[in-house]
Amino acid sequence: MHELSIALSIVEMAQDEAQRFGQAQVQAVHLRLGLLSGVAKEALLSSYEMACHSTPLEGSRLLIEEIPIEVFCPQCAVPRKISTDLWFCCPQCGSPTPTILHGKELEVVALEIQE
Amino acid sequence: MNSGPRLVEVRKNVLKQNDVVARALRERFHEAGVLVASLVSSPGSGKTAFLEKTLISLRPRYRVAALVGDLATENDAARLARSQAPVKQIITGTVCHLEAAMVQSALAGWNLNDLEFLFIENVGNLVCPSSYDLGEDLRFVLISVTEGEDKPLKYPTIFNGADVAVITKSDLGAAVEFDEAAARCNIQAVRPGMEIFKLSAKTGEGMDKFLEFLEERRLLSRPAPAASIG
Repeated sequence: MHELSIALSIVEMAQDEAQRFGQAQVQAVHLRLGLLSGVAKEALLSSYEMACHSTPLEGSRLLIEEIPIEVFCPQCAVPRKISTDLWFCCPQCGSPTPTILHGKELEVVALEIQE
Repeated sequence: MNSGPRLVEVRKNVLKQNDVVARALRERFHEAGVLVASLVSSPGSGKTAFLEKTLISLRPRYRVAALVGDLATENDAARLARSQAPVKQIITGTVCHLEAAMVQSALAGWNLNDLEFLFIENVGNLVCPSSYDLGEDLRFVLISVTEGEDKPLKYPTIFNGADVAVITKSDLGAAVEFDEAAARCNIQAVRPGMEIFKLSAKTGEGMDKFLEFLEERRLLSRPAPAASIG
């Protein structure tokens, strides 16, 4: 369960960023979370609440956009999204797809702030 | 007048701090000419026995060292120290994985130029270590024959993020009716093209091939430094 340390990093990062806007109050944090990031959404959401406790972010929301896994199919020569059961092969032609284009994201993309 | 909330762009990797430290470590390792390999697996799959055997086998010809992570106790470091190689225990407390900064502080006082191989044994955990780069050149994921052939399908993220798979405790394969073909197929399903070694640290079966691979990798990634001095 490393989601708590991830959540603490998110809170810290959001606080640092919010400082650029003076006394801004962070109302929400927008996060992109790849399905291959190794971080579980539900665990992260509950950890986030704990991480915000007694910080200026208490009461803020974590809005998670889940990013599907996209691989490159060497046979079809196009990017393909793979299903969540994580078999790394092309859903069209069945070729193995070692190259991963998306799905490892763990990124704070934006903050909703009240100035 | 009170205006509504405003959306401001950030676009920052949450693990940026870890990644920055990992990148710096990777550069240091490269400059020092040490090949760094980390080991991940579930608890009890034989990381320490495998590492002990590897250290003992390499030690007559190479300068080797190891860092070993656990939540508590220095038992693993004590076991690995029997190999006579320098070993340091990283006690993580409640943390379920190693982070680059823990590796960095554990290396304080060590001269990396004195080493040719450094091994990092992660905390036994098939989930959390996958998110953290440690600056290593190679990440080995271990699966013992006693664990079940579908382990890679159950923990695809850690298998996908590793470079090489090692099937351990091969001497017990027959006793537990280990289906090697199924295990290999499952590994390939979650990490197409992954190199796989099957070995037993106890009997030594398959160790030679693995050690050869390590030596080759070291030569490949560490060309003779003399020409680059400038």
